[in-house]
Amino acid sequence: MKTELMSANYAAARSVISARVEVVAAYPITPATTVPEQIALLNEDGFYTGQFIRVESEHSAIFACIGASSTGARAFTATSSNGLLLMDEGLHWAAAARLPIVINNINRSVSPSWNIHVTHDDSYSKRDTGWIQFYVSSVDELYHTIIQSFKLAEDERVLMPVMINSDGFVLSHTLSSFDYLEPEEVDKFLPPYSPPHWVMDPANPVSHGNIVFPEYYQEFRYMMHEGTKNALKVYEEVEKDYKHLFGKYFGGPIDCYKCDDAEVVFTSQGSIAAEAKDAIDELRDEGYKVGNARVRMIRPFPVDKIRELGSRVKGFASFDRGVSYGFGGPVANDIRASMYHTKHRPMIKSYIGGLGGRDMTVTDIKEVILDTFKAVESGELGPEETWHDLME
Amino acid sequence: MVATREMPLKEYVLKGNAACAGCQDMVALRHAHKALEGDVIQVVPACCTSVVQSLWPKSGLAIPVLNTAFMAAAATASGVKAALKAKGNDTTMVMVWAGDGGTFDIGIQALSGALERRTDFLYICYNNQVYSNTGTQRSGATPLHAQTTTTWHGKTEPEKMLDLIVSAHEPVYQFTANTAYPRDLYDKFKKALEYPGPKFGHIFLPCPQAWNYPVEKGVEIGKLAVETGYWIQWERIGEEFILGRESKRFQDPEKRKPIDEFLKMQGRFSHLFKPKRDDKKIKEFENFIQHRWDVIMRAFT
Repeated sequence: MKTELMSANYAAARSVISARVEVVAAYPITPATTVPEQIALLNEDGFYTGQFIRVESEHSAIFACIGASSTGARAFTATSSNGLLLMDEGLHWAAAARLPIVINNINRSVSPSWNIHVTHDDSYSKRDTGWIQFYVSSVDELYHTIIQSFKLAEDERVLMPVMINSDGFVLSHTLSSFDYLEPEEVDKFLPPYSPPHWVMDPANPVSHGNIVFPEYYQEFRYMMHEGTKNALKVYEEVEKDYKHLFGKYFGGPIDCYKCDDAEVVFTSQGSIAAEAKDAIDELRDEGYKVGNARVRMIRPFPVDKIRELGSRVKGFASFDRGVSYGFGGPVANDIRASMYHTKHRPMIKSYIGGLGGRDMTVTDIKEVILDTFKAVESGELGPEETWHDLME
Repeated sequence: MVATREMPLKEYVLKGNAACAGCQDMVALRHAHKALEGDVIQVVPACCTSVVQSLWPKSGLAIPVLNTAFMAAAATASGVKAALKAKGNDTTMVMVWAGDGGTFDIGIQALSGALERRTDFLYICYNNQVYSNTGTQRSGATPLHAQTTTTWHGKTEPEKMLDLIVSAHEPVYQFTANTAYPRDLYDKFKKALEYPGPKFGHIFLPCPQAWNYPVEKGVEIGKLAVETGYWIQWERIGEEFILGRESKRFQDPEKRKPIDEFLKMQGRFSHLFKPKRDDKKIKEFENFIQHRWDVIMRAFT
């Protein structure tokens, strides 16, 4: 392990070497572009020895990954926003084909209007494809979560693809230190890929993706659902292993900070969740019992962990950097749904903001949290949904 | 040309597959796979073949088949090829088997990309000139005046000259074939094994369902397509153009059989003869045939 200083995108490109990815297929889109750029350079200079396919669209990128993974190769791609949306058909395909492909989606606002900065709408809109979804907060976390994701995706109890989301520019183009692992070190954790199930092989011919009639189709879907749900338990093992081997631990599906005695917990995804720690510290100094729950995994949704937290707090201030148009904050709604059948029902206030890359500073986060404290202290929920910093 | 007795006896198209009676796609697949002899991974986008090759949990083909999305065949094949390369396998043939809709229309971008990247694979477009799997809608390969369920009174445009688009990508080997000439088709697949790099085969195959003719007439119609000059059999090895011997005889328009013989056998053109022969439309059809001959010969020779 050696410490390097790089942007998240450059680190993501290095994870491809560390994880012995055999096939990368990618297409440029801001802000993801520097991932394939770096992989190309590493490939041409002989550091990345796998195959890099410079495809002509994101749709082809995901389907080249599908072809590679179906032939038993470890496959990776990176994209953003409209690129992820163009992949949609392939995202559903990869999940239903149970292919352990890993994507680094660098979150960017969806057009129109053109905006290359962070909003989580791109990945939120892929929530129901079957992909396991992580949101990360640092360069180091991104690099290691990509490596962990292959282990998670390839586990036969899971066999579902993984999307790791990192905020455009805030992470993708910001330099920070991370601990690089040589592939020989990673081998102990993640051996070269050799799937024990079907692959495209003339020595053992099988057909994959055949027509399935209504009497069986539903069962395949049920197995996908089970596979995705299993990811919660399997990820626990993955993280335990990783911590043991490399001393790295990122907090499970929900990374809690000062939550033990908290009356209000602030939840969020991505880089805001890191910024929030400072807000928590300042509010603690001011006497507020507040904690930070950084939601790292939104699919499968960590229902038990939310219920455990919810059983102890008076309120959630749940922040979404994206919207389900017509129904509000996607993660806030998942928290509400998780708590409905429990005895103790804390207040759950939903906040939406930071869209299009608008800054969410410590001051902004404190304002959101204090708004929830006001509701908790007064006993009046007030608005269920608040758009933070919305112009009149 | 290969003698029938020289073709391998092994069958890769298995009994009991779900193809329609008289399906010429099965003729094409049967002879293609006899030539390739099993060391192949076949990528199939949405098309008739994705339906007839297998109904889970059975498989109608004795080779590995990877089904993929409609517009993604060539991209998926690129990934399969890259995976084989990553694993040190440089010998297994990666072959796309796509219909005309998946090639001329929705899949053309992925095809163009894969050819431009010089992907070492064989892309086969089996062309029955219509979206027959969805019930006979017009495609970019549907001929002028053909009736489909989206051109009820006949298509108003001739088909796209896809071969010219493909040839602009300069594949190492490009051919046209026709299931009425299975030995020729077999030879072309054998030849495709010899050239590393992007290869493209365009197979004309009549469809009894979509073209509305008796199921036993497929070979007859296929032959008439060549004998009327409608379909041109040719190969291109790099820059070298070879006009097929079946077509050479019909290069001279005087020697071609009357186009009516080809058109009259097919229900999709029946409106051209009812209540009486539509001379103007049939002339337009003939003009396009000659136009295609002129363009092909001008471009390639």
